[in-house]
Amino acid sequence: MPKLNNANDLESLRSELQRARKNFRTTLTLCGGTGCQASQSRSVIDALKKEVNKQGLDKSVYVRTSGCHGFCEQGPLMVIEPGNIFYCHITPEDVSEIITQTLLNNVIIEKLLYTDPITGKKSQTEAEIPFYKAQDRQLLSQNRLVDPCSIEDFIAIGGYSALTKVLAKMTPEKIINEIKESGLRGRGGGGFPTSRKWADCKAAHGDEKYVICNADEGDPGAYMDRSILEGNPHLVLEGILIGAFAIGAAQGYIYVRKEYPLAVEHARIAIKQAREYGLLGEKILGSKFSFDVEIARGGGAFVCGESTALMASLEGKVGEPRPKDVHTVE
Amino acid sequence: MSTATLESILEGRRSQPQQLIEVLQDVQESYGYVPEDAMRSVSKNLGVPLMEVYRIANFYKTFSLKPRGKNVITICMGTACHVRGAHLLLDQVLGQLGLVPGATTEDGQFTVERVNCLGACALGPVVVHNGDYHHHMTPNKLRKLIASIRSTSMEEIAHA
Repeated sequence: MPKLNNANDLESLRSELQRARKNFRTTLTLCGGTGCQASQSRSVIDALKKEVNKQGLDKSVYVRTSGCHGFCEQGPLMVIEPGNIFYCHITPEDVSEIITQTLLNNVIIEKLLYTDPITGKKSQTEAEIPFYKAQDRQLLSQNRLVDPCSIEDFIAIGGYSALTKVLAKMTPEKIINEIKESGLRGRGGGGFPTSRKWADCKAAHGDEKYVICNADEGDPGAYMDRSILEGNPHLVLEGILIGAFAIGAAQGYIYVRKEYPLAVEHARIAIKQAREYGLLGEKILGSKFSFDVEIARGGGAFVCGESTALMASLEGKVGEPRPKDVHTVE
Repeated sequence: MSTATLESILEGRRSQPQQLIEVLQDVQESYGYVPEDAMRSVSKNLGVPLMEVYRIANFYKTFSLKPRGKNVITICMGTACHVRGAHLLLDQVLGQLGLVPGATTEDGQFTVERVNCLGACALGPVVVHNGDYHHHMTPNKLRKLIASIRSTSMEEIAHA
């Protein structure tokens, strides 16, 4: 993997990757998130890759294992592009039929389509399904387009271009102002304005500043942290890098629950890849900005999602909250 | 306990007290629990009092101070699994094996643990056996799962 020394290196890598991806006639995106893995999507993915190779289709068909698509109860599921065809409850036995029927002969397999439990109507494409119809996915919209273990997938769809823009053209003040105008807020219950957090942290006294990505979620049914870290870890890294540049930090941490082993693994792989490309480390993309990230695994203590307890835990101590008369960034 | 493994875990982390939890996580992963010897060694190498190491190992749920069984059965007790009857599963497995949560059977075959939410709520109740997820569990399915694990282990013992 060549180290990227400046923005031009990144752009030429991007166009090279985009060119290579044009050779694929069809993309099969299978969900490899925690939910689908729990319904044995791994065996479907393995069977599919084997069959694609056996039929000699590996040059024209891209089998991508992506992060969570959100419709876990219908797993294992896949989306076939072009066509936006959506298949659910797939078993390894269905694999050869999918290839011979749908891929080679453009025939839709009725039994794998989603059936609405109330109307009994079948949906052929993902966009038609009522569950997805009302959704406007912002942060998770790219989940389907990237393999979380492939930095190349992320770069190919425009990844790390915000970082190059920030490093080349923006001052920390300008970044914070832009964040303020965008109205970006925290994804926890409080919805705290991100720009205020960054501005306070930038203004806070002290030489060493840190960015902490709090992915220690444990609220039932809340997967906003897991879905993004598991499905698109480079997006999180890019965000951390921009935040770090804005507040003047050189070190960051991702504090993630150990109960989400896939999120831990994908974040680890992402950090390794970003270091290899020189997107983390000394003098990122030839700028003066140096930054690195470490992962800390939570130890199964719910309270550690609270910021002061989390920081105690990061220091290797018992994660007990302390009164917040002095705020985290002051 | 192999000292070589512990050495490799400590590599590059000596005299860094903030690495305590990460080191213990790796010890737990490598040995299946946190042995007393390891705690003593970690205490010496990181420069953290032994009492503090013990305190951390006790506070965080992920660490086990006793060896765990060959088969670790984890029952998700998160809210979604709870409302779908996780407590019935827990009763089933504890009754079948004659255990209390966190304990290990005398033959060293089974440990039953509880966890707060594994994040697969749509598929609940979820039971994990040595990292393999089993979804939509019922007490009956769980009983059969445990019986099949037990008979596989028996066969392995017979062939050994």
